[in-house]
Amino acid sequence: MREQILTLLERNSRLTPDEIAVLLGCGRDVVAEEIRRMEEEHIICGYNTLINWDHAGTEKVTALIEVRVAPQRGQGFDKIAERIYNYPEVQSVYLISGGYDLLVILEGKTLREVSGFVTNKLSTLESVLSTATHFILKKYKDDGIIFDQVKSDQRQQITP
Amino acid sequence: MNSTRELLPLGRKAVELKPSGIRKFFDIVAEMDDVISLGVGEPDFDTPWAVRDEGMYTLEKGKTFYTSNSGLKELREEISRFQMKRLGVRYDPVSECLVTVGGSEAIDLAFRALINPGDEILIPEPSYVSYTPCAILADAVPVPIPLKAENEFRLTAGELEEHITDKTKILVLPFPNNPTGAVMTREDLEPIAKLCVEHNLYVVSDEIYSELTYTGQDHASIVQLPHMQERTVLINGFSKAYAMTGWRLGYCCGPERILRLMVKIHQYAIMCAPTNSQYAAITALRDCYPEVEKMREAYNQRRRFLMHAFRQMDLPCFEPFGAFYVFPCIQEFGMTSEEFATRLLEEEKVAVVPGNAFGESGEGFIRISYAYSLDALKEAVERLEHFVKRLRARGAS
Repeated sequence: MREQILTLLERNSRLTPDEIAVLLGCGRDVVAEEIRRMEEEHIICGYNTLINWDHAGTEKVTALIEVRVAPQRGQGFDKIAERIYNYPEVQSVYLISGGYDLLVILEGKTLREVSGFVTNKLSTLESVLSTATHFILKKYKDDGIIFDQVKSDQRQQITP
Repeated sequence: MNSTRELLPLGRKAVELKPSGIRKFFDIVAEMDDVISLGVGEPDFDTPWAVRDEGMYTLEKGKTFYTSNSGLKELREEISRFQMKRLGVRYDPVSECLVTVGGSEAIDLAFRALINPGDEILIPEPSYVSYTPCAILADAVPVPIPLKAENEFRLTAGELEEHITDKTKILVLPFPNNPTGAVMTREDLEPIAKLCVEHNLYVVSDEIYSELTYTGQDHASIVQLPHMQERTVLINGFSKAYAMTGWRLGYCCGPERILRLMVKIHQYAIMCAPTNSQYAAITALRDCYPEVEKMREAYNQRRRFLMHAFRQMDLPCFEPFGAFYVFPCIQEFGMTSEEFATRLLEEEKVAVVPGNAFGESGEGFIRISYAYSLDALKEAVERLEHFVKRLRARGAS
């Protein structure tokens, strides 16, 4: 039940408990209560809108930054991750297996702003050993949604 | 130079064959703009990407030759495995599986392989539009069995027995059903199977919608019942479950003595099913069942949405648990299905298919397909509700 509600909301967070109840064939109150509890338990952490900023005409620069860090005794990577994710311009921070440790996704208004953050704030953190910054040139697909896909129904209108 | 001689008459069977009831409606819809169509009998989902990718890959690799008449061995092995897994019934991939051009070809082949002129084929109706014409073309006598809304359009043993004569050769079992969405459970099938054995009938079981059932139980097939596998041609395919209608790929499984004849006809008429589609279908069976499950869940949500909407507007409709159709009753409005559908189209620009296109017993009903996005269904339901309210208001005044 929870998984079904989450699957629906993940695709369309605007669905109301009434609508979800119809789709899943259960009571409205049951759905509303489950959602409330999942919000409380931080299973549902927010209701964002997926935006293709390119089409909105807003200038934005997004960078993926690979960060190698020296883990700290007793705290592993958590402490350094916290020092990074508390910056509001940081969108996401992931601990990664493989050639580097943290993947930081950063959003800024200009190239200068992003590079300024990397050189002044990120690289100067004590435990950061090195960074590699990749600027995103184009987003094709985000969160399971293909951005430039225009769907039209190509089927014959009446078929047996 | 013009010849003044009159050309010889055309084939009588083809000339006398009735054009599909759907065709007429199709022509009207094609002339109109901004129509929301709920008249489509195929999935709205794209073919799973892995399947399309495999199709392209095999083209790149130049796998563009004929396959063996029965189809790629690898594909038949996957089909055999699939039926074992889904139904627990074993079909030998070499001698008991045949890959066809859609399920439709298999219907035609099965009739032609089994029929002698004058044999009767029992066809429960409403059902898919091909059975009767295929029966006629095979020189059989099609005998409709009108199914009833009060039985939720399932075939009952009583109805079957009433229509059996000493000429009856084949029973067609079109479940899960297009256009009603009806399904037959194992319990429903048991007395049917008993009668088939008793009267020595063959069964052509069209299970093209087998993966699209919403009862919470697996699809039940008559071949799972005692003594039925030896007398049944089971038809299935990729169009509905895997959203592969345009690939034109179906298959049938059955006893070797029947399949051998079907392969013979197929060999002369078709040679083999499209090679590219066959390779793609191997990927579908091997890797894409999770996609089928996702589509099934989406269909089920839309089905519930429509049933809820009908309850809200007080439109009588039994709850169907299969395929992607609902079949509401429109008898209260005092018009034929065709009148209703035509006026709904003209006044609200919503296209549905009149129930009588699927046999006379479909009169008084319309087929609504839910192979559409929820947004499209919402809009269509609103328009339908306007229409229904207006008709009722007029009726009351």
